[in-house]
Amino acid sequence: MTTASPEKVDPGVQKDLAPDDITLADTPWVTVVWNDPVNLMSYVTFVFQKHFGYGKKKAEKLMMEVHEDGKSVVSSGTREEMERDVQAMHEYGLWATLSKAE
Amino acid sequence: MTSGFVRHRRSKRIIATFSAFEADLLRSLAAQLVELLHDESAVAATEVDPLEKLLDFSGPTTEPEDPVLRRLFPNAYRCDDDAAAEFRRFTEGDLRNGKARAAGTIIDVLDEAGLPPEPTDEDLTIDVELEQETALVWMRSFTDLRLALGTRLEVEDGDEDYWYSLPDDDPRAQAHHIYEWLGFLQETLVGSLS
Repeated sequence: MTTASPEKVDPGVQKDLAPDDITLADTPWVTVVWNDPVNLMSYVTFVFQKHFGYGKKKAEKLMMEVHEDGKSVVSSGTREEMERDVQAMHEYGLWATLSKAE
Repeated sequence: MTSGFVRHRRSKRIIATFSAFEADLLRSLAAQLVELLHDESAVAATEVDPLEKLLDFSGPTTEPEDPVLRRLFPNAYRCDDDAAAEFRRFTEGDLRNGKARAAGTIIDVLDEAGLPPEPTDEDLTIDVELEQETALVWMRSFTDLRLALGTRLEVEDGDEDYWYSLPDDDPRAQAHHIYEWLGFLQETLVGSLS
């Protein structure tokens, strides 16, 4: 999975953080896509490529995780970024949630 | 019987030919979806104070009652009801409008392609030509239509045998046949866009 890129972190906030906080801030939130019996495998792969810009191989791997394991972490970043991803997944009709990274 | 969507080599448009019956079926499914999306309107479920009501920017905060709408607008947080309500308040209205607009696009395109209000000519065919962006809108709306039908039918993974065991005149079998037909169309649409 990708992690939030450093330039997305507000430098003004970053300066005041203790080292432990910085570690936490690096892997904060994830978007999870859940399996459903309706969506086509080809469609789910297409959506992962289209929305996240993933290559076909990565998109297919994530799709297979959803299909076989029941869910897959498809992106990670700030809470706001993950809310945007979840909203986009709902626009595409995929069942997605966000949560704090484990 | 339509053979689904293909990408035209020269124009790059996504094209399909439907019988008038098929096009009419698509249009009526899309119209039903629009109706459903407007039916249980996206308003706040709880009483708000007068000032908040005047500002009127609040969307719904609770899950819709209809299982189809619950599937189209799922909770974004599994273990945090407050965050899920907050997310819903700010997103569900837009999501509903977007899905209704997408279904409306299907209706508009079919109308413009010459589908009469009540087709009677059995030989009439409807040619649909979609630009890339419109084809993406159709693809998303086909997903919504399949989610709606699949949720109503309570489709599950690997339940094909059950559906094929139903007699042909069973309305559920007929609805499932339409669901599978939409899946076929969706597959060709994804293929033509990939």
